[in-house]
This record gives sequence, structure tokens and C-alpha cells, in this order.
Amino acid sequence: MVYLIALPLFSAGLLLLLGRIADKWGHLLATLVSASTFGIGVAEFFAMHKHTGANRAATQKLFEWISVGNFKVDASLLLDQLSICFVLLITGVGTLIHIYSIAYMDHDKDRRRFFAYLNLFIAAMLLLVLGDSYLNLYVGWEGVGLASYLLIGFWNQNPTYAVAAKKAFIANRVGDVGLSLAIMISFAQFGSVSFEGVKAGAPHASPAALTAIGAMLLLAAAGKSAQFPLQSWLGDAMAGPTPVSALIHAATMVTAGVYLITRSNFIFDASSTARILVVTVGTITLLFGAIVGTAKDDIKKALAASTMSQIGYMILATGLGPVGYAFAIMHLLTHGFFKAGMFLGAGSVMHGMDDEVNMRKYGGLAKFMPITAVTFGLGYLAILGVPPFAGFYSKDKIIETAFNQGGGKGIILGGAALLGAAITAFYMTRVVVLTFAGARRWKDGSHPHESSVLMWGPMVVLAIGSVASGFLLSMGSSLVNWLQPVVNASHATGGEELMKPLVVSILALGVVLLGAGFAITKYRTVPEVAPEKVSIFTKIARKDIYQDVFNDAVLVKPGTTLTAGLVATDHNVIDGAVRLVGWVIAEISDVLRKIQNGYVRTYALTMFAGVLIGAVILWVVTA
Amino acid sequence: MDISNYLYLSVILFVIGALGVLIRRNAIVIFMCIELMLNASNLALVTFSRINGNLDGQVASFFTMVVAACEVVVGLAIIVTIYRSRRSASVDDASLLKN
Repeated sequence: MVYLIALPLFSAGLLLLLGRIADKWGHLLATLVSASTFGIGVAEFFAMHKHTGANRAATQKLFEWISVGNFKVDASLLLDQLSICFVLLITGVGTLIHIYSIAYMDHDKDRRRFFAYLNLFIAAMLLLVLGDSYLNLYVGWEGVGLASYLLIGFWNQNPTYAVAAKKAFIANRVGDVGLSLAIMISFAQFGSVSFEGVKAGAPHASPAALTAIGAMLLLAAAGKSAQFPLQSWLGDAMAGPTPVSALIHAATMVTAGVYLITRSNFIFDASSTARILVVTVGTITLLFGAIVGTAKDDIKKALAASTMSQIGYMILATGLGPVGYAFAIMHLLTHGFFKAGMFLGAGSVMHGMDDEVNMRKYGGLAKFMPITAVTFGLGYLAILGVPPFAGFYSKDKIIETAFNQGGGKGIILGGAALLGAAITAFYMTRVVVLTFAGARRWKDGSHPHESSVLMWGPMVVLAIGSVASGFLLSMGSSLVNWLQPVVNASHATGGEELMKPLVVSILALGVVLLGAGFAITKYRTVPEVAPEKVSIFTKIARKDIYQDVFNDAVLVKPGTTLTAGLVATDHNVIDGAVRLVGWVIAEISDVLRKIQNGYVRTYALTMFAGVLIGAVILWVVTA
Repeated sequence: MDISNYLYLSVILFVIGALGVLIRRNAIVIFMCIELMLNASNLALVTFSRINGNLDGQVASFFTMVVAACEVVVGLAIIVTIYRSRRSASVDDASLLKN
């Protein structure tokens, strides 16, 4: 189990340390290592089938990490039904993206460094999902943050890209504070930071403490998964190379928040307040992302907004109680397939169009890139939730579960999820129509062409996943049963069914058709430059619902002012005090220096005076 | 004659020597003043020996003389060297360590 993490970590270190020597074969080694972790993952998966139920979970202690008084943390790994889902997703999609990147990064002279970072990411992400305590998870959590930062800023010779990397890192730090606070509170409450210990203590803890832990975990999840209010970094994170966007900012790392909440199900099951916070954040983000996605002309940014929105669905599902966790994970897995596939498709389009990202300059590409168009189209049908594609099984389940919450809450959440589905249909149809259909709008200089097999191969595999994964995962409730020992959903599956699945599916399909149809009629003709005269809603959506304006006004401006004040204080008060001391000493020395005039007779006088004073003191004291 | 008069003489000689060290500039004269102070203390030691009726003070004065003799050897050598290099025996001129 430890090799899952050790192999990619070793390979990353090797590639970074060897430097240019490894340029020729670095990408091959990295891909091989990634493929072998997938192999190990598959082997572990089948090994788990030998056992049943809770016995499937296996732990492996690596070493005693911290031992202070009664605070003991082992660096040990936990491979259970939840972790293995992530292991297979990370290594599987990761390997496909490694293969894709060989071709995509072919012309980049820093390809070896890119693959080293990719392997570092794989190692950190596996540590994140395999850690058996919050502290072990935290190490992986920070590791993926670092890898994400390095890869977003991979082309850091471009200042905007470097800024995007910093933005992502800082937004993530805010979330990380939440995670570290959650760890501290759980240690104070339960005396333990392992999942096992916290789970054992959770039923006896005070509601306030559980809500605090839940809220802090949610903050952490919001940072890593680009959820409201820490969502602003994901759009800019598209500065990274497209395979990175597919792997880290669509399929795996950004779903770490969903993993964290699902892993901490015992906290959220025990605190309804925390659950309400979770569904609120999820609902806001799923609408937020969808609305932003409608106005993006940059194909990657449109997909990023979509990712944000889809993760909003997952977060919403995790807040819906025990039954929601499995659906959240199912949507996470299917989303991993279709969104990674669509990002790779976008990368393929960019590759053929000289790195042009503006969809208004595409048009009619289906003829020139048939494989890309078909794989992208399958992913598109999957995200829309058209039966029998993957999204149909996962997203409709979430909408249905939201409605089944009952009362006003159920109607609000279900309605919002349904509205999100309609908007999703609109903006995804817009992406497809602008890119692959309609008249050509690109200049004569570009020569769109299908990419090499190294690139379309992974896209085809992911497209097959987008088609089949939903059916496979939900057949006979296989994933729900599989996750049963981890998320403990037994007492919830029998909940009342307010909405029949069929009704929900018909409703969802109806709004999807509505959204898609609206997009098709609206984008029959596409102006090459985004029209200026648009409704107020479009303007707001183009501005990302003023997320950056808000952050600048509320956080950045006061922050810089505060920093400037602190710098001035430091300069004048702290440094001033130090300089004052120095000045006083210098002045005193200046006076005392005069005594050292270099004349022997003066020194002799000093000596005599000293002896005389000494003698007088002696006389006074003894007399 | 009162034996304490020797002590007064000793004090007077010591003060003359000390003032000489402080006031005079010529290294040779300062050197002689130091010798004068040493001898003043010798006189005091011998007087104390006489008062106390033992020989401790006289023995100590012999030590002082030996030390004084050594000091003459070293001190005169230094003064002669300084005079050779600087053409002056004034102690105020030998102030190179300043600054």
C-alpha cells in the first residue's frame, strides 16, 4: 500500500534532482510509475473482494510520527472502500493524463519538470485519500496544494499565470486554516486526530463542538474545492497547462473537499447545523458556477465554471445526510470521467488551433477533429444527464435526494438543483455549439487537425467511462452498497420517497431540453467579438458575479492598507526604538571616547584616582 | 625620635613620585619618579618591619628591589628604543594607539 505513495514520490524527486539528464526519458518514467500505481490500485481493489463488509478496510502503520505525552500520531495508511474509489480514480485518470501529456507537452522544453510535478501531485493526492488521521490527510492536503500551485504557475514566465498560481495558493491557505482549526478542535475535544478516534468520540461530544468542527471542515473543503466563498481561484487556475486542468482542477484535487466531508460523515451526521451550512454552500456554488459558465468565451474557463458547479452538486449531496454521501461519490467518479474527458478535448482543440482559447474564434470544428468532437460530445451528454449516460445516474439521484428532504427545504434545494441542471444544459450546449458546430470563424492561418493517438486515446477511454460509469456504478446500487460500511447509510435508504425517480428524471430531462434548446436557438449565429449591448445579467455573469471586485474591495484593499500600516509601524516604532537605543549608546560612547586620549599621563591619573577612591572606600567600610 | 616620622617621610616621597609621574613629560624623569615611589614603599615596609619587630617587611622590600631592577632593564630599553625611532623622550609624543 505504501508503494502507491512512495513510487510517484520517488520518481518526482528523481526527475527534479537529475535535471536535464532526465529530459530524454523523464516523461516515460513518470508515466510508467503512474501506470504501476494504477496497477497496484487495481490489485488492492480485487484483494478487498476477499473480505466482506467492514473487514475490507486495511490499515498499514509506517512509523510513529508524533509521540508527546498522551498525544500520539502514527504515520499510517487506511485503505477502505471510500479510499479505493479515489485511488482508482486518481491513478486511472492520472495515468491517462500522463499519456496525453506526453504529446501535449511535446514542444515544451520543461516537459520533464512538468511530469515530475504531476508525479508529485499523484503522490500527495494518494497520501490525502490514504491517511488514516486528519493529520496525515493534512500532509497530503498541503502537498496537492503545492503541486497545484507549481502546475498552475508552470509557465510562470507569464506574469498573469504566476499571479493566478499565487491566487490559488492563497485562497487554498484560507481553507487550510479551517482544516488546521478543525484538527485542533478535534484534539481538544476527543484527544485524538485519527478518523477512528474522532468517530468514536463524536456521539458524546457537545453539539457546539461538532458544529464548529463541521464548519471548519467545510471551510477547508470550500478552499480546496473552489466552493463559495473561496471559489474565485478556480477560473484563474486555468492558466496551467490543459492536462493539469483536467487532472487537478476537474477530476481529482478539487474533489478533495467532497472526500473530506464524506470521510467526516460522523461529524456531519451528528450536527444538523453543519449539514445546513454544507447544503447552503453547495447550492450557492452550483448556481454560481452555472451562471458564470454561461458568459465565458474562454473554453477552459467555461469548463472551470462548470466544474465548480458540479462540485457544488457533490457538496450539496454530502449535506443531505447519510444517503447523500454515496451519490456524492458517484457523481464525483462520473464527473471525473466526463469532465476530464472534456478538458482533454478542449486541450486537443487548443492544440489544433494554435492555443486559441476563445470559443468565438472556433466554429465548425467537428469536421476537422471528428474524434475530439465525438468524445467531447459523449462527455457533454453525460454532464447533461441524458439517459443512459453517466450523469443521468448520478445527478438525477442528487436532485431526487434533494427533493426528498421534504418540506420547504426539499423544494428549495431540489428546485435549485433542477435550475442548475437547466443552466448547465444551456452553457454546455453553448460550448459545444460554439466550438464544433456552425460556420467556421477562425482565420485562414490556423489549420485545425486531429491530434495524435497519444492524445485521443485517453480521450476515448474517458469517453467510454462517461458513457458506462454511471450505469456500472448504480447497477444494483453497487456503489451505495460498496460504501455502506464507511458512510453508514443503512438507516436512511428507507426514507420516504416524496418524488418518484421517474418523475425527477422526466423533470430533469425536460429542463435540460429547455436549456439546450434555448442555447441552440440563441447561438445560431455567433459574432466573433462578444457583443457589448447585453442584458444586465450577462454583464454580471461576465464579471464572475463580481467575485473579484468583492474580494478586492472587502479583503485585498483593507489587507494592503493594513499591511502598509504595519510596515509603517514597523519602520517607525519598532525600528525607531532600535535606532533610538543605538543612537543613545553612540552618543554616550562619543562622550566616553574622549577619555581615551592616548596620553599616558592621563591614564596614570585615572589609575591614581582609582586607587585613591578604592582606598577611601576601603577606609570608610572598615572604619 | 618617633618612628612614625619614617612613615611620614615615606608618604611625602610617594606623593612627590606620583606627582612627578603625572606632571613631567620626559620619560626618563617619569621613570625615576616611579623608582622614587617604589623606594617610598620600601621605606614604609622597612618601617613596618621595625614596628612589628619581625623581618617580614624587610624581606618584602628585597623583593621590591629585585622587581625594580628588572623594571629598569626593560623600561630603559623601551625608552631608548622609543627615543631612537621618534627622536624624543616625551611620553605625550608616544600616543600612536590613539585613533
